[in-house]
Amino acid sequence: MVWEQLINGITLGSIYAVVALGYTLVFGVLGIINMAHGSIFMFGAFMGVVATSTFGLPLPVAFLVAVVVSGALGFLLELLALRPLRGKKGVSHLAPLISTIGVSIFLENLAHQLFGAGNKPFRTSFSEVSFQVGSITIYAVQIVIFIIAVLLMIGLSFWLSKTKAGRALRASAEDLDAASLLGVNTKKMITMTVIIASVMGGIAGILVGMAFNSVTPQMGLSMGLKGLAIIILGGMGNVRGAMAGGLILGLSETLVVMFGESGYRDAIAFMAIIVILLVRPQGIFGSSTEARR
Amino acid sequence: MGKFSKALFMLIAITALVFTAACGGGSSDSKSGGKGKEVKVGVISWLNGSGASYGEAITNGLKLANKEINDKGDVKIKLITEDSAGKKDQAKSAAEKLINSENVSAIIGPTLSTEMQVVGPTADSSGIPIIGTSTTAKGIPQIGDYVFRNSIPEEQAIPASIKAAKEKYKAKKVAILYGNDDVFTKSGYDVMKDEAKKQGLQVTTTEKFQQGQADYKAQLTKIKSTKPDMILCSALYNEGAVIMDQARKMGIDVPFVGGNGFNSPQVIDIAGDAANGLIVATPWFAGKDDQKVKDFVKKYKDKYGKDPDQFAAQAYDALYVLAAAIERAGSDDPDAIRDELAKTKDFKGILGTMSFDKEGDIVMKPTVLIIKDGKFQEFK
Repeated sequence: MVWEQLINGITLGSIYAVVALGYTLVFGVLGIINMAHGSIFMFGAFMGVVATSTFGLPLPVAFLVAVVVSGALGFLLELLALRPLRGKKGVSHLAPLISTIGVSIFLENLAHQLFGAGNKPFRTSFSEVSFQVGSITIYAVQIVIFIIAVLLMIGLSFWLSKTKAGRALRASAEDLDAASLLGVNTKKMITMTVIIASVMGGIAGILVGMAFNSVTPQMGLSMGLKGLAIIILGGMGNVRGAMAGGLILGLSETLVVMFGESGYRDAIAFMAIIVILLVRPQGIFGSSTEARR
Repeated sequence: MGKFSKALFMLIAITALVFTAACGGGSSDSKSGGKGKEVKVGVISWLNGSGASYGEAITNGLKLANKEINDKGDVKIKLITEDSAGKKDQAKSAAEKLINSENVSAIIGPTLSTEMQVVGPTADSSGIPIIGTSTTAKGIPQIGDYVFRNSIPEEQAIPASIKAAKEKYKAKKVAILYGNDDVFTKSGYDVMKDEAKKQGLQVTTTEKFQQGQADYKAQLTKIKSTKPDMILCSALYNEGAVIMDQARKMGIDVPFVGGNGFNSPQVIDIAGDAANGLIVATPWFAGKDDQKVKDFVKKYKDKYGKDPDQFAAQAYDALYVLAAAIERAGSDDPDAIRDELAKTKDFKGILGTMSFDKEGDIVMKPTVLIIKDGKFQEFK
């Protein structure tokens, strides 16, 4: 049972990590807490439901649909809710936060109208594939989720550190004006960042559907709050931090259940975060000197 | 006094006069009415947010009943619906609005027992009869003389289903799983715990979850390792269906015994085959061999495109019970309606034969059902 619980925790943690990756990317580049991220995640999950259950499409196609739709939502988010507020005189630094909250409420209500209230089933035969190692049952879904999470993290790290676009993005994250003077098309970089982050949210949505068969219009909010907690834990704007933070939260939630108190699952997980932050206020992978804006 | 303040004073005075006149006229108009007049009935329901599907079923049931009652013409009822969003404070302000500015003669709702614990006292102290159609937690009709419910309480339903399941499966060990952040599921758990003890069942483990959670695998893994003969699960169907689905996928194939909120065709929609083996005791069985029930199911399906669940059925019956009381009272006076409501005896609705006991609680016999081959059937 211990091993099965650890696997449960890693699965949950991997999903949290993918959600947090998108969060941390937007924060790293724009310095914005994107509260609409959770709702875009929820839309990704619904796209998975619509593709597999309503249209009977295979799972890879569902991924594609979710990627396209959540990417498009990311583009619209940047175009309609973030760009108009950027670089204007007199706009509070909290304005983008509020406008993303607005977008998230709008998306939640839209999903309610489009897909109806309550849980929608996410049916794929794939989620029942399992195999036995000794006395432990492992599900193929759990492995796939873990692999996707790791691949996304490696891909993102590689892209950020090795490619030209990634370097331009990091330059933009360091200083938008300076990057712009040096010939980086910062407008394009910002749009790209929000789109990539949203795509990750969409992918995380499908993973949740596959793992837990539970998709509701309200799922974005709690996931969004957890993603926020994770990037604070991992160090704002840090890719490895998001991954580690996600796994820590997922595992601690599962371990809380294992060692007795399932009722305090969320509370204890957040307590753990507070304790870690008391010891290391900049987050696990955050740098102690203020390098970022 | 300057010219301006004089004018302002006049304006205020006139407005106040007009207002009092309007109010006076309004109240005498609405309180003195009798037969043939339209009676205002307030509805407080959960129409937005995670539990909107419950409110939707309830208001659908009410609308259907309202149309039939008005078409028949013995009494005319006007429903005024307010959203509570499943929140206590919003339910309370909805009730205050209905009582104070809409001058309703009775209220139906709210959706959750948690909400009723706040709304019930408000209606009771204002002398407005209120009928809960989905509030099954302990202590609801005891709030006051004006508080009724026609939803069968968990203390009547759960013991019936646990007893039937225990006898059929010769169960000795049970695991309990419940939502600990909701008055309704928590009170269902209390009944389950007591009943398990009373029937000599050994409880292997007690696990909790919160509303809207997605991942129940940690709790279920723990339950699985204790090898229970059945699982007692106090959950609303949105969570319950997902729990069953995850449990079946993990290889937990023992029967589930659920409370009232678990009893919905939606469980089958959400969980599919995983819903097989769910046992519930319920006032509402859509497959009953009764013309009234068949008619209702057909009408509901024609109008809303899905099968009615117990939330819809209980709401439908509640409005009929209320309409009968209004007809007997022959007026829209809340006190007269309350007195007639309290006298409700052997009322034949789609749920069965209903009476209110002296506290305003429903008295009727539940049916024990099981989901088998993807549909609700009588459990024998």
